[in-house]
Amino acid sequence: MELLRRFAEGDPEAFEALFRQYQGEVFRWIVRIVRNRAAAEDLTVETFWRLHRAHARFDPARGKWGAWLRRIATNVALDHLRKVRGEVPLLADPPDAPGAHREPGERAELRGQIFRAMESLSPRLRAVVLLALVEEEPYEEIAQALGISVGAVKVRVFRAVRILRKQLLEAGVHP
Amino acid sequence: MNEREREEIKRLLKEFVPAAGQTELGRDLWPTMLKRLEQQPIRMPWWDWALLAGVTVLFCLFPGMIPALLYHL
Repeated sequence: MELLRRFAEGDPEAFEALFRQYQGEVFRWIVRIVRNRAAAEDLTVETFWRLHRAHARFDPARGKWGAWLRRIATNVALDHLRKVRGEVPLLADPPDAPGAHREPGERAELRGQIFRAMESLSPRLRAVVLLALVEEEPYEEIAQALGISVGAVKVRVFRAVRILRKQLLEAGVHP
Repeated sequence: MNEREREEIKRLLKEFVPAAGQTELGRDLWPTMLKRLEQQPIRMPWWDWALLAGVTVLFCLFPGMIPALLYHL
């Protein structure tokens, strides 16, 4: 609490302490959404940069630090996805999947179709699908990170799954 | 769409899109952050630019105001 109060007052040492303490957590959250290590590192720095600029708006007595941090990180990740949409094959380099591209024949083809279907989703739908279905994060946490209700998260998952299913059926994949 | 279809999509995704959940940060990002903080640009808010533009236009339209303004400064 004391550290947060000092941060809110603009103390650079408090900011450094918070950065060192939470950089890993922020990175792990962002990499789940953008699925690219190098981008996630840059976006972690961008998250703390925005945090640093907004320090005066944080009230340690009222605000929840973790929720605030994750909300900013999510916004940064979504901004990135919007910026690179259609330019970078976002799921072509999933983290910690060595040799993922060496699958032969049908499997590689199916994988490609799934990636293309995922890339056809809007950034906010893709983020929800990745967090809810792939990473299996609790809906409450996703809702908090996106600043929406749990019901809205469920609606987004429903819409995304419907789009994915349609895309896959059109590509000849029967899920 | 029913629950079964949702689970089918989930199964496919989990099979082909590996979870990144426990991906660890490989290095300390503080030096990068520090560099970013040191490069903090001096930013002028948009209304300052608008004010500057307004004054410039005013001086172009009424150049006689410049000596009057300088006299009062």
